[in-house]
Amino acid sequence: MKRPEWIPAILTILVVLLFAKVSTDFRDIPYLLGNTTIFAETGLLAIGMTLVIISGNIDLSVGSTLILTSCLTAKFMGAGVPNIVAIGFALIVGTLLGAINGLLVAYAKLPSFLVTLGTMAMYRGVAQAMLGASGADVAPGMKGLDRAALLGLPYPLIIFLSCALVVGLLLHRMTLGRWLFGIGTNKDAAHYTGFPVQRATVTTFALTGFLIGIAALMLNSRLGVARYDMEPGIELKAITIVVAGGTAISGGKGSMLGTVLSWLLLYFVRTGMGVTNIKAEYQLTIIGLILILSVFAQQIAANFSSNRLKKQTKLGN
Amino acid sequence: MKIKRELGLIVVLVIFNVLCALKEPNYISPRNIDSILLWMPLLLVAAIGQFPVIVARGIDISVGSILGLSAITTGVLLKTHPNLSLLALFVIGALVGIILGCINGLLIAFGKIPAVVATIGTLTLYRGLTFMVSGGDQIDASTIPDKLTALANSGWTFKEVTVSWLLIIGITFAIIAACATRFAQFYRNVFAYGSNPDAAYLRGISPTMVQMVCYGASGLMGGIAGIMFLSRFGNASPSSAGSGFELVVIASVAIGGVKITGGSGSVLGVFLGCLLLSCINVALTALKFNADWQQLIYGITILIALIIDSASQIRRTRSAA
Repeated sequence: MKRPEWIPAILTILVVLLFAKVSTDFRDIPYLLGNTTIFAETGLLAIGMTLVIISGNIDLSVGSTLILTSCLTAKFMGAGVPNIVAIGFALIVGTLLGAINGLLVAYAKLPSFLVTLGTMAMYRGVAQAMLGASGADVAPGMKGLDRAALLGLPYPLIIFLSCALVVGLLLHRMTLGRWLFGIGTNKDAAHYTGFPVQRATVTTFALTGFLIGIAALMLNSRLGVARYDMEPGIELKAITIVVAGGTAISGGKGSMLGTVLSWLLLYFVRTGMGVTNIKAEYQLTIIGLILILSVFAQQIAANFSSNRLKKQTKLGN
Repeated sequence: MKIKRELGLIVVLVIFNVLCALKEPNYISPRNIDSILLWMPLLLVAAIGQFPVIVARGIDISVGSILGLSAITTGVLLKTHPNLSLLALFVIGALVGIILGCINGLLIAFGKIPAVVATIGTLTLYRGLTFMVSGGDQIDASTIPDKLTALANSGWTFKEVTVSWLLIIGITFAIIAACATRFAQFYRNVFAYGSNPDAAYLRGISPTMVQMVCYGASGLMGGIAGIMFLSRFGNASPSSAGSGFELVVIASVAIGGVKITGGSGSVLGVFLGCLLLSCINVALTALKFNADWQQLIYGITILIALIIDSASQIRRTRSAA
C-alpha cells in the first residue's frame, strides 16, 4: 500500500479486461502494439516530465519544444543532409531548448511554472513565425521509419521503453536521481547537504529536452510534415500521465515505473475508447475524470497509511 | 514600496506606446484604441478572478474551459429560449461558473488535491462537458440576440473613441475588486493565507473557506467572461471557445506583478498587465507584423517581466543586507 503505483497498475488491468470483454478489436495484439506509435511521443515527454516534477519544478514548454525541434529539423533536412546529421541536429536542438529553461530556472532563480509558460509561448511562437500557416515537408528518407518493427514491436515503442529504463535507472540507482529527490523534498536542505542544486536542475531540463528531441524525430517520421500547430495540449497530457502515475506535483516523490504504468493506462483507455466508438467528446471527460480520481485515490491511500503510522507511534509511546 | 512595480509597468506601457506611435503614426487612431479596448474586457474579468487564487498560493488552469462551458451552455439555452433577458444570460453564465469553480474548490480544499493537478483535470473534464452539452454543434451568430452583441459594439462614445459596455463592465469589476482588497475582510484573509498559511490558520482563518471562495469566485468570473465571449465574438464553438485562454490570463496576472508563490499583488497591477498584453496584441497588427509573431512576442514579454522582477528583488535584498 505504500507505493502509489498499484493504483495505475490495478486500473490498467481493469481497463484491459473491460475493453477486451466488450470489443473483439481490442483482443487484436498486433493492432494494439502497432497503435503505440501514436502515443510514444507523449510517453517520452512524460519520462522527462517525471524528472522535472520530482525535482520540484514543472515544464509547461515540453509541447512547444517538441514542435520547434520538429519544425527546425524538418527545415534543416530540406537542405538535403543525411539522416544521421538530422538526427544529431534534432537531439542538440532539443537539449539546447531544454537547457535554456534550466538555466533560467536554476541561475536566474525564476519560478519554473512561469519560465516555462513564457518559453511555451516563445518556442511555439518561433515555429509559427518561421513557418506561418504552411508546413515543412520532411525529407522522404525520414518518413515512415516509425512503422518499422523488431520482433513485432514497433521502434517507437522500443525506444520509449528503453528510454524509460535508462532514465529510470538514472533516477532510482544513480547519484543524479538522489540529488533530484533531495532537491524536490527540500531545496535549501539539499543545497546545504552539498548537492549541486543548480547543475542538477539544468541537467534535468536539458535531459528532458534531449528526450523531446527523440520524440520530435518520431513525430516527423510519423506525420511526414512539420507544422507549428501540431499536438496542441500535449504538455497537459504528459503532466496527466506523470501525476496519475503517483508522482507528487509538489516534488520529492515519484517513480519511473509509475509513469510507465500510467502511460499504459492512458494508452489502453484511449485505444479502447477508440475501438468501441466512444465519441471524442466523452473521451475528454473520461480522461479528466481518470486524472482526478487516480490522484484522489492516492491521496486517500496516503492518508490511510499515515494514520496507521500515527497509531503505531502512539502505541509505541 | 509596492507602488514601484505598478509605476514600472506604467512606464513600460508609455514607452511601448510612444515607440509604436513613432514607428507608425496611425497607431494612435480611434480604430486602434477601439480594438485595444475591445480585446481587454474578457481578459480583465478572468484575470480579476484569477488574482485572489494566485495570491492564495493556488492556480486555476481550468478557467478557459469554464469560459467555454458557460458560453456554450448559455448558447444552447438561447436556442430553445431566444427571449431570455440580458440579466438572465449573465445570471446563467455566473451560475455555471460558480458551480464549476466550487467543484474545483471542493477538490482542492476538501480533496486536498494540489491545485495544478486538480485544475488540469477539470480543464479536460469541463472541455469534454462542453462537447456533451452542445452535442458537438457550434453556437452560430443567429442564436445570439442582438442586444447581447450590442454590448460589445456600442457604449459611451467620446468623439470617435467608443468605450464598449463590455469594458465598462470589466472596469466596474476591477474597481470593486480594488476596493475590496482594501476594505473586505475576505481579501485580507486571502493575503494572510498566501503569505503564510500556517500563521493564517493559527489566527483563525479557515484555509478551506479561503480556498472555496477563491475558486468559486474564479469560476464566477470565468462564467461571466463566457457571456462576454458570446457578446464579443457573436459565436462559439465547443472546441475553441476559451481554449488556451487560461495561459493568457495567468500571463497577464504574472506580468501585473502578482507573485506566483502567493501573498502579494494588486488589482491595479493586474489591470496594467491586461492592458499591456492588449496593447501588444493590437500593436502587432498596427505595425503590420504578421499575426504569426504574436505568440513569440507574448513569450518574450512574460520572460522579460519575470527577469525584471527577480533582478529588482535581488537588488532589494542586497540593499537590505
